[in-house]
Amino acid sequence: MYDFGYHQPSSLSEADAALNSASDPLLMAGGQTLIPTLKFRLARASDVVDLCGIDELKGIREEGNAVVIGAMTTHCEVAESDLVASRIPALASLARGIGDPQVRHRGTIGGSIANNDPAADYPAGCLGLGATIRTSKRQIAADDFFGDTFDTALEDGEIVTAISFPLPEKAAYAKFPNPASRYAIVGVMVAKTGAGVRVAVTGAGHGVFRDEAIELALNESFSVDAVDASGVDEEDLNSDIHASAEYRKHLIGVMAKRAVAKANS
Amino acid sequence: MAEVTMTVNGRQVSRDVEARTLLVQFLREHLQMTGTHVGCDTSQCGACVVHVDGKSVKSCTMLAVQADGSAVTTIEGLASGDTLHPMQAAFNEHHALQCGFCTPGMVMSAVDLLQKNPSPSETEIRDWLEGNICRCTGYHNIIKAIRHAAGSAA
Amino acid sequence: MSKKLVGQPIRRREDFRFLRGEGRYVDDIRRAGELSAAFVRSPHAHAIVKSINADAARAAPGVVGVFTGADLAADNYGSIPCGWVVTDRNGEPHKAVPHYPMTRDRARYVGDQVAVVVAETDAEARDAAELVEVDYEALDAVIDLTTAMEAVQIHDEAPNNLCYDWELGDEAQVDAAFAKAHHVSKLELVNNRLIPSPMEPRAALAEYDNGTDSYTLWSTSQNPHMLRWMLCGNVTDIPETKLRVIAPDVGGGFGVKIYCYVEETVCLWAAKRVRRPVRWTADRTEACLADAHARDHLTRVEMALDEEGRFLGLKVHTIANLGAYLSNYATSIPTYFYATLLAGPYATPAIYANVHAVYTNTSPVDAYRGAGRPEAAYLLERIADIAAHDLGMDPVEIRRRNFIQPDQFPYETPVALTYDIGDYEASLDKALSMIDYDGFAARKEEAKARGKLRGIGLSSYIEACGVAPSSLISRFGAGAGLWESAEVRFNATGTVTVLTGTHAHGQGHETTFGQLVADALGVPYDDVEIVHGDTSQIPMGMGTYGSRSMAVGGSAIVKACDKVILKGRKIAAHLLEAAVDDITFSDGNFSVSGTDHSKTMAEVALAAYVPVDFPDDLEPGLDENAFYDPLNFTYPAGTHICEVEIDPDTGVTEIVDWVAVDDFGTVINPLIVEGQIHGGLAQGVGQAMLENGVYDHESGQLITGSFMDYCMPRADNLPSFRIGYTETACTHNPLGVKGCGEAGAIAAPPTLISAIANALDVTHIEMPATSEKVWRIAQNGAAAK
Repeated sequence: MYDFGYHQPSSLSEADAALNSASDPLLMAGGQTLIPTLKFRLARASDVVDLCGIDELKGIREEGNAVVIGAMTTHCEVAESDLVASRIPALASLARGIGDPQVRHRGTIGGSIANNDPAADYPAGCLGLGATIRTSKRQIAADDFFGDTFDTALEDGEIVTAISFPLPEKAAYAKFPNPASRYAIVGVMVAKTGAGVRVAVTGAGHGVFRDEAIELALNESFSVDAVDASGVDEEDLNSDIHASAEYRKHLIGVMAKRAVAKANS
Repeated sequence: MAEVTMTVNGRQVSRDVEARTLLVQFLREHLQMTGTHVGCDTSQCGACVVHVDGKSVKSCTMLAVQADGSAVTTIEGLASGDTLHPMQAAFNEHHALQCGFCTPGMVMSAVDLLQKNPSPSETEIRDWLEGNICRCTGYHNIIKAIRHAAGSAA
Repeated sequence: MSKKLVGQPIRRREDFRFLRGEGRYVDDIRRAGELSAAFVRSPHAHAIVKSINADAARAAPGVVGVFTGADLAADNYGSIPCGWVVTDRNGEPHKAVPHYPMTRDRARYVGDQVAVVVAETDAEARDAAELVEVDYEALDAVIDLTTAMEAVQIHDEAPNNLCYDWELGDEAQVDAAFAKAHHVSKLELVNNRLIPSPMEPRAALAEYDNGTDSYTLWSTSQNPHMLRWMLCGNVTDIPETKLRVIAPDVGGGFGVKIYCYVEETVCLWAAKRVRRPVRWTADRTEACLADAHARDHLTRVEMALDEEGRFLGLKVHTIANLGAYLSNYATSIPTYFYATLLAGPYATPAIYANVHAVYTNTSPVDAYRGAGRPEAAYLLERIADIAAHDLGMDPVEIRRRNFIQPDQFPYETPVALTYDIGDYEASLDKALSMIDYDGFAARKEEAKARGKLRGIGLSSYIEACGVAPSSLISRFGAGAGLWESAEVRFNATGTVTVLTGTHAHGQGHETTFGQLVADALGVPYDDVEIVHGDTSQIPMGMGTYGSRSMAVGGSAIVKACDKVILKGRKIAAHLLEAAVDDITFSDGNFSVSGTDHSKTMAEVALAAYVPVDFPDDLEPGLDENAFYDPLNFTYPAGTHICEVEIDPDTGVTEIVDWVAVDDFGTVINPLIVEGQIHGGLAQGVGQAMLENGVYDHESGQLITGSFMDYCMPRADNLPSFRIGYTETACTHNPLGVKGCGEAGAIAAPPTLISAIANALDVTHIEMPATSEKVWRIAQNGAAAK
């Protein structure tokens, strides 16, 4: 790891100041991806601005018809939240399956989506549930937030503050983990919402995406039998030593069925 | 360099460290507490698991400066005097360790499991240990030891 | 008589330090003034090193020195040796190639050591290592085994990248068997490359003492004496008297820590060069890149059968990957530890094996848990299943029909070994009963109702442990004997210090050897201390691998105890004023036959160090050593059966039951033996369905360079195992023990693949049987129906 200056602001404005005063800063949330990346010297920063001391970024609350989760809320806190469990159990279940217990104690929802690892779970959760990402500057719909691998709509210095999840009628997440890394080879969030069915897929492609063919089918009938094959082109899917594009495409269908079954149960 | 102060196994310690110093390096190199081990670089193996403010974390994936002000418990702090913690005793009783390298992290992780779930099933134990790799035991006796420590053995 | 400890499940005494975080591994040891080493490694699989510019690195903060292979060459550091000469089909020795501590001309695999930075801290060493500029001229990488012999040449000394073309067995006899065969079953298979991955990465700490011109090297070694021997006898001109090698607590070995490596050699050299202790600890990526890898065979196997399913002849052709350089014992693994096991537990009368061992641009390959024997058992058990399928027989029946029978021992195989004893059918029957083989059909039906494909599979393996009779392996080409040493030293107060040349890195020797000695000498277990792992304390020893510690090391301890008792009888005779022949020893007491006169072991030990009026021919002291050279290998054997359930939609395989029935001869400590079985099984299951060392065939990059991609078995991949024993005591060592360390790793791959193939209703599936491979077959099966 290259050395860096370390800052632990206690408010967003302090964080802003720390970012502005550094030549080449990086934001750190839970650090569960960033620290290994720094260890491998795959990233280098003049300064690391750690958001862990900012209380306004933490906590889970209900706001109208939405559950709002502070960006620095850990996966464990989401997994164990009674509020999340009662309002959006699919999200609690998703959080319970991220990494391992120790990673869940440190890793945060904000860090996960800002990093936008193409195999991370939360991007599928946000996109599938039609979440709105609140930042230090604006609000961004999940549909507009996630780009390709590791790319998001965030601008330099823009900090994710919270994610607002509208309550779905029903939803569930099904994941097929990579046997080595335990990231998703395919993860599918299926949500039946007032505005129709949303199906978001992580792990399979170069970034999280919505599977329109499956959405279309489930809008017709929200049942396991309605789900047929994924509509995505295999060429747009990942192929690596763990899973070919063909297998990933197949697993999208299987995981979607399982998610629907779970959502309907 | 930054000054870091934390309570480790009940003892307050302060050291000047580089910001890039990992918690595990702080423990091993600055405090000479070598019970916490490093077995990988990718947060997979769990040999480095310690408790920070009561929760198990991977000390190889946390900066020492992030633990400033925290209470840290390591494997060295688990026994009381000559009396092993029940989890340590169960690991001995059921031969849940061989080379001993993953053991500190494995024990610390298992202790945290029982804090959260006092009587886990075999499946729950196996799931919880997702972040702890053992190359020697095939996990069989680790599972057995944890079940006995929990008093939940069939 | 007091209760004997041998055979009891004594809890391990070494646990207490490990459980409290008080184990002392190499990386836990700190020396005043120590420096850290960081290696500059080739990012190319194959490249000429044209120049190295270390100016910027030398100027970096904290850097004490930057060195290359040329610096070591200037100090007469030579090649790391291969200690086993394999003679090829033409009577020529294998094509040896130099492996210098840091390459002098060419990088031959990704991770090959090109330079080293020695700096005040690890961080500074790594920072500076990035500043070393190496000018490489990249060459084509040789990765693919099928084309390695036609590819660009890696070493000048090895045309066609061939190390040897070797054979064992009578080819004409095998051809004759095939000519009269009713049927020939055939299979081509891959034995996948593994990265052994003990949880403690390799580490070294070297210190030089100018006053005595001597060195101390702390190393994560399974055999400190062999390491010293190679370093002093081959690599350097340091006398063995001037190098102390200490292998303290070692966090798992599995073979990968047997060898002499570049990194520790460089630390040793650098410690003198910079006159400060130098340490290096691998990170996991370095471990994946530069630890010796394992297996990696391509094999074609053919079995000739008669109408009744009797094995008439076996023909095996293997291409074995040795990697970029020869690791210390690399040559022996795909030959004498592989082809000699091709009879397995079967009375196959004619066997022929031909092995082409090739160099490639990959990490060197050497022994890993089982070492050659898993490869042999795998192909044999696979072809047995296929033969059964071809002839429409039950896989159990074909094995039963071909087993060597108990009355055939000692049994001389067609491939150079003589089995002393065994009862293979007993293990098979017990395993069948434990798993309820007859009830499988009902379980399969029940699983089908849940949408799962259930399969059952078995393997009956044999292995050769207790390496090894020195004369035999010397004829095979070994450069060292594989006896073992022990010293049993009574202290004046009656406590016993036992020095063993074996090394424990998880096996629990401090406990099991303690049990042995307490029983043999009739002293309290707590009074027995086992010492290992330090060349300055312990007589020359050969270390631990090949399930040899109890069979060979334990036998040496027994032998030394016998000598102690003999000496004790002489002392007791003197004390009791009786003739030596009248002194009997039992349960810690020396007695005069037919009287109630006796002396305890403690009294005799005290007298040994407070000798009063000893006769001229009786020396003071009670301290004996022994060297034990085994008369034969030991031959553990057994049958494992497992059941799996496959989710046809995803290909995910769950192991739902596993029965292991093994014959290890006498069991000293069942608790520890079971632990060894569990661990071996986990590694075997890993090979069969999770682990795969993968290089990119174009670039030669290691794709599985961390645990993000190299799939280590975790708790949720494995079941709880059910263990059973049968017992035929080894006939040629004093303990009757055979060895248990590798059985699981040998039995598991064929057992699991057999079960998965059975579930899928196919004859074979390649390892690792990943969910995708399983899914594809399940899909094809579904499509066919």
